[in-house]
Amino acid sequence: MAAERVKKLMQGNEACAEGALYAGCEFYAGYPITPSTEIGEILSYKLPLIGGKFIQMEDEIGGMAATIGGSLAGKKSLTATSGPGLSLKQECIGFAAMAEVPCVIINVMRGGPSTGYPTGPSQSDIMATKWGTHGDTPVIAVTPSYVPEIFTETVRAFNLAEKYRTPVFVLFDEIIGHMREVVTIPHPGELEVIDRAKTDVENKEDYLPYDNRFEIPPLAPFGEGYRYHVTGLNHDEDGFPTNDSKKIDAGNRKILAKIENNKEDIWSCEEVDTEDAEVLVFAFGSSARSASFAVREARKQGIKAGLLRPLTIWPFPDEPLRKAASKAKVVIVPELNLGQTVLEVERTLPGVKVEGLHRVDGEPITPAEILEVIDKYK
Amino acid sequence: MTEAAEKILPRIEIDPKRCKGCSICVDFCPTNVLEMKGALATVVKLEACTRCDLCDLRCPDFAIRVFD
Amino acid sequence: MAEGAAVKKKQKVNVPFDYDKYLRKGKLPHIWCPGCGHGIVLKSLLRAIDKVGLDKSSICMASGIGCSSRTPGYVDFNTLHSLHGRAIAFATGVKLAKPEMNILVTIGDGDALAIGGNHFIHACRRNIDMTVIIYSNAIYGMTGGQVSPTTPEGAMSTTSPHGNMEPAFDACAVAEASGASFVARSTAYHMQELEKVLTAAIEHKGMSVVEVLDSCPVYYGRQNKYKSASHMMEEIEKKGTVSGAQAKNLSEEEIGDRFVRGILKQDKDGVEYCDAYDNLIAKVQVKK
Repeated sequence: MAAERVKKLMQGNEACAEGALYAGCEFYAGYPITPSTEIGEILSYKLPLIGGKFIQMEDEIGGMAATIGGSLAGKKSLTATSGPGLSLKQECIGFAAMAEVPCVIINVMRGGPSTGYPTGPSQSDIMATKWGTHGDTPVIAVTPSYVPEIFTETVRAFNLAEKYRTPVFVLFDEIIGHMREVVTIPHPGELEVIDRAKTDVENKEDYLPYDNRFEIPPLAPFGEGYRYHVTGLNHDEDGFPTNDSKKIDAGNRKILAKIENNKEDIWSCEEVDTEDAEVLVFAFGSSARSASFAVREARKQGIKAGLLRPLTIWPFPDEPLRKAASKAKVVIVPELNLGQTVLEVERTLPGVKVEGLHRVDGEPITPAEILEVIDKYK
Repeated sequence: MTEAAEKILPRIEIDPKRCKGCSICVDFCPTNVLEMKGALATVVKLEACTRCDLCDLRCPDFAIRVFD
Repeated sequence: MAEGAAVKKKQKVNVPFDYDKYLRKGKLPHIWCPGCGHGIVLKSLLRAIDKVGLDKSSICMASGIGCSSRTPGYVDFNTLHSLHGRAIAFATGVKLAKPEMNILVTIGDGDALAIGGNHFIHACRRNIDMTVIIYSNAIYGMTGGQVSPTTPEGAMSTTSPHGNMEPAFDACAVAEASGASFVARSTAYHMQELEKVLTAAIEHKGMSVVEVLDSCPVYYGRQNKYKSASHMMEEIEKKGTVSGAQAKNLSEEEIGDRFVRGILKQDKDGVEYCDAYDNLIAKVQVKK
């Protein structure tokens, strides 16, 4: 009989660090920033124990750059930050997307703009995650709501990064980052862990880091004889810069298409009573915790309310949303910002009434507040 | 025999596809073996070459090499 | 075929150095302007690599953005053309994740000392094993000739059209003060000395910084009334510097504003960062 799983009362940030280790993370580079700092602290202790490496870089930019470097050397690599740090990391994140270097970026969201409210929760980096770096950049972002889910979603983020050769964000707000809940640690092998595809070229000289035969070409680690070139410039399949307009166009489209074509694999949503929902709540992170409660209460009152809780916010889960909203008279979008995700919901559901519920006072949205909006539509 | 050995001249190869005509090799050749012909370094006095290699060492363009 | 040619050459007295074995030949001619010293620096570096006998697959050459940062594109190593200022930070990640790799960073003075100054001083402080080669031409060439942190006071540039009003950085002094365990300076003009200095820098375990004064005849030269690339090499690199040996016999006044060349600092006793990390791993794993 398999041994009992270890159950542990854990802080969200701790669950994130443990999830990263479960996923095979061996490299962390970052810079301290509230409210994500515990992730680096825990990994600075734990990584050397397994022969991994932790480095506290001189700034946020260096943290992201070294994370990309660690990944190019073949290690599953992680950094963690919060709003202002995300702003600083953006150029490097674009590089990782352009050069197709897998890595995971944890963003424990705090109030903004600017230094904002470091110790308060927020969900105001949704658009910064998607559009923060210049250019048309592919983005995957996952949004756990519960501490145990931070563990599993961090594992999934690594899997997506390695599978799709792209930076992946784990977005959660300060509330869940600092909340403690019981996490049941899965046994090794219990959760799927995806490693980077290996190249099968016979002659190392024939290796192409952006081989057009593949939708997602295998990435060979530095130092194993492949000797290829990596650049943030528009490049050909051999990795060298190109001025050929056809190749520039194809390259730019290819990095977006690999996400677009695999949305169904990347999407993950939880649905609660959506089949007949006339009032649908679309919520993620801590807001979804309140929404879940509110929807249950509404059902008790006889309101046909349902919840769609996206665990993948980018690429935006438009098809799951359309399906969940098929009977909806209204879609309510509670979020800790002044209207970001609500725009995507409106874009996805033309002709459907969409109502945002927004707070930016450093306090969470309560179930009662959501219930009040639901009640308007009973 | 000694005379014959003395007559062996080096071979200076200049790759016209790589030479950008900066004239560094010409300007620093201690024995004026080279001259600019338009935008291309050219050997004009091979017999003066002492095989010092300065032209090769200072060529920024991998364009000139001295063989024995 | 290439091998056969090499065997034949061995019998000759003067065999020119075979750069081709390190170059991605299809990528030449390089993008650098006529007379730009960067090619001379690269050639000296390739000879140094050859002398040390580094395996090509063990080398990661990282760069940032700018003219000198195009260097990795021409060489047959693991090459990383990263972002402006970030080369050392990217390289730190590669090195720490895979300490067996030999790291070379080829960057400009702006990349190293302005936008990337923070990474530069902290990599020096950590004494992480890499060789940072600063192609120091006192100008931003790629963007068309703007003032840089090493532009001399009074010099003209497109953003100091009335003469540079800011004092310049001494890259080697910054590196020394920040804790780099190997610091040296040479020039493209002194390419044989440069080769020796680079050889010692690569062989040194720890952070090695080599500032190479070289010339940008197109953007620095034209704005500052130099007649040609050779004229710049003569005036700035030859007359503007003095060897370490000469400097020993000169007073500060006699040295004046000339830069001292050669190995300026070599501390072989300092602990290298990746070694320190390996020691840490051994220690904590025993404790566990």
